[in-house]
Amino acid sequence: MQIPAAFDYARADSVEHALELLEQHGPESRLIAGGHSLLPMMKLRLARPEWLVDINDLHELDFISEDAEVLRIGALTRHATLLESDVIARLFAIITDAEHVIADPVVRNRGTIGGSLCQADPAEDLSTVCHVLSAEVVIRGRSGERTLSMADLHRGPYETAVAQDEILTEIRLPVRPRFGSAYEKVERRVGDWAIVAAGAAVSLAGDGSIEQARVGLTAVGLDSGTVTRAEEALRGGRPSEELFVEAARLAGEDCSPDSDQRGPVDYKRHLADELTRRVLRRACRRAAEQGAEQTCRLP
Amino acid sequence: MTTLDEPPVPAGPVDERERNPAAAAEDRPIGFGRLQRKEDPRFVRGKGHYLDDITLPGMLHGAVLRSPVAHARLVSIDTTAAAAHPKVRAVITGKDLEPLNLAWAPTLSADVQAVLATDKVRFQGQEVAFVVAEDRYAARDALELIKVEYDVLPPVMDARKALDPGMPVIRDDLEGRTDNHIFDWEAGDSAATDAVFARADVVVSQDVVYPRVHPAPMETCGAIADYDPIDGKLTLYETTQAPHAHRTLYALVAGIPEHKIRVISPDIGGGFGNKVGIYPGYVCAVVGSIVTGKPVKWVEDRSENLMSTSFARDYLMRGEVAATSDGRILAVRTTVIADHGAFNATAQPTKYPAGFFHIFTGSYDLEAAHCKVTGVYTNKAPGGVAYACSFRVTEAVYLVERMVDVLAQKLAMDPAELRLKNFIRPEQFPYQNKTGWEYDSGEYETAMRLSMKIAGYDELRREQADKRARGELMGIGVSFFTETVGAGPRRHMDIVGLGMADGAEVRVHPTGKAVVRLSVQSQGQGHETTFAQIVAEELGIPPESIEVVHGDTDQTPFGLGTYGSRSTPVSGGAVALASRKVRDKARMIASVMLEARPDDLEWEKGRWFVRGDPEQGKTISEIALGAHGTLELPEGVDGNLDAEVTYDPPNLTFPFGAYICVVDIDPGTGVVKVRRFIAVDDCGTRINPMIIEGQVHGGLTDGVGMALMEFIGFDEDGNCLGGSFMDYLIPTSMEVPDWETGYTVTPSPHHPIGAKGIGESATVGSPPAIVNAIVDALQPMGVVHVDMPCTPARVWAAMQGRAQPPV
Repeated sequence: MQIPAAFDYARADSVEHALELLEQHGPESRLIAGGHSLLPMMKLRLARPEWLVDINDLHELDFISEDAEVLRIGALTRHATLLESDVIARLFAIITDAEHVIADPVVRNRGTIGGSLCQADPAEDLSTVCHVLSAEVVIRGRSGERTLSMADLHRGPYETAVAQDEILTEIRLPVRPRFGSAYEKVERRVGDWAIVAAGAAVSLAGDGSIEQARVGLTAVGLDSGTVTRAEEALRGGRPSEELFVEAARLAGEDCSPDSDQRGPVDYKRHLADELTRRVLRRACRRAAEQGAEQTCRLP
Repeated sequence: MTTLDEPPVPAGPVDERERNPAAAAEDRPIGFGRLQRKEDPRFVRGKGHYLDDITLPGMLHGAVLRSPVAHARLVSIDTTAAAAHPKVRAVITGKDLEPLNLAWAPTLSADVQAVLATDKVRFQGQEVAFVVAEDRYAARDALELIKVEYDVLPPVMDARKALDPGMPVIRDDLEGRTDNHIFDWEAGDSAATDAVFARADVVVSQDVVYPRVHPAPMETCGAIADYDPIDGKLTLYETTQAPHAHRTLYALVAGIPEHKIRVISPDIGGGFGNKVGIYPGYVCAVVGSIVTGKPVKWVEDRSENLMSTSFARDYLMRGEVAATSDGRILAVRTTVIADHGAFNATAQPTKYPAGFFHIFTGSYDLEAAHCKVTGVYTNKAPGGVAYACSFRVTEAVYLVERMVDVLAQKLAMDPAELRLKNFIRPEQFPYQNKTGWEYDSGEYETAMRLSMKIAGYDELRREQADKRARGELMGIGVSFFTETVGAGPRRHMDIVGLGMADGAEVRVHPTGKAVVRLSVQSQGQGHETTFAQIVAEELGIPPESIEVVHGDTDQTPFGLGTYGSRSTPVSGGAVALASRKVRDKARMIASVMLEARPDDLEWEKGRWFVRGDPEQGKTISEIALGAHGTLELPEGVDGNLDAEVTYDPPNLTFPFGAYICVVDIDPGTGVVKVRRFIAVDDCGTRINPMIIEGQVHGGLTDGVGMALMEFIGFDEDGNCLGGSFMDYLIPTSMEVPDWETGYTVTPSPHHPIGAKGIGESATVGSPPAIVNAIVDALQPMGVVHVDMPCTPARVWAAMQGRAQPPV
């Protein structure tokens, strides 16, 4: 048994209550939701919070809500809920793709999307996914709410704009027509962190060309999670293998992976290239399929 | 013997009894056969009784402070603050152990190992101090209050360079030591081998690494020491695979009289060799109990288990094979650097510092063979027995099976065909190999052909050709292994002077129920079922009426324990012979009861009867009651139905098997998917096929782990890179296919029931099949070898022609 350092524990019954508890117990208090990142770090004594504020009772943060322009996901929504959601699968297949390869069922039953984003692990799949989907996040503090882009949320590895006395409450994903997205990860074993993973999202114009494209890479040292040159190369082009190959080449060039037990730099660059090609193919295919469905539904 | 024309086993679907437990229950074997495990009702209900389930009155808790660095001189240890912690009862350092002569303890390989460091630390994770506190949380907190000053020294991390001039001397504690050399050991005839190589048409050579891995049992190691100062008795609960050997060693080392030591090994959550040795934590718990006068529990955490307890493998091998151009293998030779870590704590029979590595001649009829193994110290954790390796047979089989494939590639021959051409033939058994083994029995071609038949080998090769034409990467890997297991004989094999024999005691109670007491200890192998079935087979008592007692030195006869697939070959022999003694005694008693001469009695399972008059007979139950009743017994027969045997095996047993693996590799990512795995095993007589299949499934899964992901690595500063399950990967159900098993039966001619042992076969045989399949898939790219673990990165590098070994 791994034994953490001593800590105290409080259970919040509302967002306001959680914010009060954070204020009351001061800088060494931490929120705990699924706990699948924080608890292992505590057991290894790499994290030593004095107080844990448990937010697992905040059911108000466990929701998926769709309207015409935006899909809202509560921060306490579990991975398993995202994986099983038909709405998510229909609008943002990239999330379903990613959830299939995030950890294992035990972790997915507990872990939350808010926890994933706030952990800001460079190998975290949902961070890349949210970057690619141009998500916005809602952060609440005692003095009110603010909304940030993913680029503003993530300030570096394990660092976010969420202050110690704030809670990330909601993730907002813009809904677009003729939209397709995909995610693919290479791991040493099911449940391991990514060696490299790639995500892509494209929306197609009426003429079938690429109107907007976002490409994101996981675990390759990207501050923003996305690769700009590849995205620029895609914009306005017609989906084709040549275009994917060129964009993927740029993605491979523009990442800055480190060599570690999961693989050397050249292999990770190769994977960034290979996986970018794969997710672009799949995202464009899905966008075309969705476009076709939408066209059929029009009078 | 079974033949290919009549496949002995269903390949694929399980039989009806497995699907329908009710039907199975009606047809429970009295003796050998499929039988659900007697121990499982408690395990599947969470009612197993493991070490950490035990709480003794007044029990305290220990924790070990470990070195954060791989190599350093100990400058000072300040325990003042820890000792002042309100819940701490004792803080023990190496200096405290020195006056007791316990700062160092002998290892299982004639070396010494620091219990708590006194002069230097020699690997990251080495034991430096021990805290005893009122609860495990306080013990752990108090470790952080101990201040240790280290003078960091350069570590020796590359075993290949350990013997270079000028390298730091790790073991300067040993008198006159000027280098990191432990031993050189050879087997076979060097000159004869060189002569065969000189005249061979074809010679292939290949560097092959079997990297350091860890057994990682689900339950980590631990102990509870309970020293009674009034009567001087030490009761020691331990996660040990060898309770009797441990008791004797504690008596020899700690000076506590052996009759005042009781070692109890409760249910064990997996061992795989990890629980053979005596770890410093156990000794510290004993000292802690003596010092505080209270029971002291110490259970290591997962990182401690991975970083400090007995690892496996770490053999850096260069293999060479000499052959004729038409594929007749003439000779093999190899040189090995064996990385033993900071202390030589490997558990091997004394005469064999490289274990049974000299079985590396494999399953082939050779003209010559020679191996040389050099053991070296490095600044890594000590050990080296572990992980189902049957004393280095794993490394040997991996080397020879990889090398046969290298040869097949060179000769452009099919690897199955090459093996078939070179097998030892049935009529050559008992077969004397070129390094001193006498293989007991084998029908290799039959097993190989059965495995090819189950696999649909020719069809697979056709599928592969089609896929290759389309640029897809599919590989078919073959391995054929012969193990040598079941050590002794005791005249050749001992561990620290204790002969490798095992005792068993069978008692039939007056009502005909029985108890069998064993010296070996199960870690999940199903001993409570298997050994009951052996008694049942011999005496006709139903297995459910036979209690199996093990894991307690006060209740069981002496013996060396469970590792190296010993239990069935050695203790199985003891139990069978003890049961036969009981049967012979029952005959004497029955003869009185039936008023017939013993010679006129005939045995059928469970009953002696008068020859020619089958109605006149006595069951074993009736005889048991007679033995304990008022019957007037014949001269020299005392009033019980008990017997005891210590079995000294005349030879080892040689299980074998033919494995075929099919992999698909993603050409864009290097990810390997094991699609199919066919395992045909021959472990001689099959006592409980259900348990055998379970053992095979577990071992095959181990093999997938080692072949694809498991690796204890270090950085150049000596930091262990495999210290948690985030870094040390073990396989899950997602990485393994549905196992396809089959069997042949070639009994051991010298074993009382013909059984050979199955515990390690699959762990030994599967890694080469998987790696051979991977290399086979990559052959079109000119790949000849890829070292384990075959991670996506290493496989991709191999595809680029630049695969690197892991160390």
